[in-house]
Amino acid sequence: MASLLEVRNLQTSFSTASGVVRAVDGVSWDVREGETVALVGESGCGKSVSALSVMRLVAEPAGRIEGGQILFKGRDLLLLSDEEMRHVRGREIAMIFQEPMTSLNPVLTIGRQLTEGLEIHMKMAREPAQARAIELLGMVGIPDPARRLGQYPHHFSGGMRQRMMIAMALACNPSLILADEPTTALDVTIQAQILELLKDLSRRLGVAMLIITHNLGVVARYADRVNVMYAGRIIEQASAGDLYGDPQHPYTLGLLRSVPRLDEPRRAHLAPIEGQPPDLTRLPPGCAFAPRCAFRVERCAEAVPPLRSLGSAEHLTACWEAERLVNRAAA
Amino acid sequence: MAVTKETLDRLATPKPERARWLQATLDFTRQRPLGAIGAAIILVMAVVGLSAEWLAPYDALQTDYGAMLAAPSGAHWLGTDAYGRDVFSRVIFGSRTALIVGLGASIIGATLGALIGVASAFFGGRIDLVVQRIMDVLISFPLIILALAVVAILGTGVQNVILAIAIPMIPRCARVVRSSALAVREMPYVDAARAAGFTDARIVLRHMLPNVTAPYLIMLTAFLGQAILLEASLSFLGLGVQEPVAAWGLMLRGAAVEFAETAPWMAIFPGLAISLAVFGFNLFGDSLRDALDPRLRTQ
Repeated sequence: MASLLEVRNLQTSFSTASGVVRAVDGVSWDVREGETVALVGESGCGKSVSALSVMRLVAEPAGRIEGGQILFKGRDLLLLSDEEMRHVRGREIAMIFQEPMTSLNPVLTIGRQLTEGLEIHMKMAREPAQARAIELLGMVGIPDPARRLGQYPHHFSGGMRQRMMIAMALACNPSLILADEPTTALDVTIQAQILELLKDLSRRLGVAMLIITHNLGVVARYADRVNVMYAGRIIEQASAGDLYGDPQHPYTLGLLRSVPRLDEPRRAHLAPIEGQPPDLTRLPPGCAFAPRCAFRVERCAEAVPPLRSLGSAEHLTACWEAERLVNRAAA
Repeated sequence: MAVTKETLDRLATPKPERARWLQATLDFTRQRPLGAIGAAIILVMAVVGLSAEWLAPYDALQTDYGAMLAAPSGAHWLGTDAYGRDVFSRVIFGSRTALIVGLGASIIGATLGALIGVASAFFGGRIDLVVQRIMDVLISFPLIILALAVVAILGTGVQNVILAIAIPMIPRCARVVRSSALAVREMPYVDAARAAGFTDARIVLRHMLPNVTAPYLIMLTAFLGQAILLEASLSFLGLGVQEPVAAWGLMLRGAAVEFAETAPWMAIFPGLAISLAVFGFNLFGDSLRDALDPRLRTQ
């Protein structure tokens, strides 16, 4: 399948009082048509900044995309004019935000917020836009959609608001949806509903999706391929099945071990990853994970390990000692 | 039977919009009686200003040399001035001038100020810095001084007085609205609007501006009283509304000063009108601020 979105060697940094933060440091990943890709990592690893960079919404002037290419349908989004970029946003790439409670404008009606994009991007008149809005609300499972159009966001529960956000994202038939922690702010039961809905709609409408999350359960269930990020770099890239069955990076292994599982006997303690994520203003010259890593060797502190394959071209890892890790796991 | 059914129907139908308005008004009156008094004063002033032609016993401009400086009586309730013009009628027509200038200046000043404030907060960075420093310069002049400067440039007359009062109000409103807009700018729905591909102008006007309505209304009502006082001051100084238009500030100058001891009614009644109007607007403005600002809400 062809790549819909291809991010090549993206570098985004922020200048802060304590120095330049390389939030995204030479990251490459792609999303193919119709598939769901996950970007996983802990807070501050650069996953949200990656998505914002794709939309070119990194807060300037502190934040800056310093290099790389973002190819969407063959065009480099970083070379588009502001005007051209506006037509990509919302129309071709839509975004779903983390906080459904604050991502809707409290003073505008649900109907207005749904139809605004349609009127601007699709040049729809008010009447057909209203009809489309009702259809969209129905699609995301909001009952009695016609009546809902006149209501305000405070009439909606958190789950309904996130459904509404999904309806807004789908409004203009985009080919890619960036979902930034779409379920973090919701109850666990609602999380599952929202994810099912997203997955179902993306499959039915053929929309590709990038899910940004720190929740490995979400990844396992909904993503086709996974990129694991640590300290602004991708450290492992694999299909969801391979990542779980055959983790090739100590960080991924640590993440998987720190999550309780229902299909295994209950252990007294989970195995946490020791230490703290590094300060992005003072990254070590070598592997950023080395200080916390059980497989660390001298070389780790000297040079950044590149992403490489241990055999399968679809499974890449950025670890000098990946062979040792894989062999140990096999033994 | 028919009566019962009718009653049931009436109970079943939702309350009409007007009843809800009435309820809101009653609630406001009960919770903020001072504000209600202010509102009542404003309402009376508005009705008087709108129907001056029918309420005033005399034409405000009509001179009567047979009744110059007449004391209050049955014929002239509040007396007459040095040209024999009826003071009561001039006070009534003066409320119209005060309202036109007060509303015009406040609405222009607060609206432009709100626009500048929201845009400044939205764009941030260097634009915000430059705009805010310009506002600081303007704000450093007292209202009356800046208004005097504007009148000196534009000249007198009702339209110019409105502008002269509106311009010094712009930076004051811009600063307050900007601080609210800074918080609004950080809300995810503004990012969401950007991510939806909306233009900057649309985000400022359609998405951010409605969210700063509360500080806007508060500044607007606070300006109303000030604007009326400022108009009276300018007119008193001879730099505002010009004779023979009926304006409270104008009525305080000239002959009113000369005959202050023999014909005090010439100055007392327009002076009272000014005080009452400013008092009313300030009472109402304060209560509105309390009602709209959740941080000050106690109940």
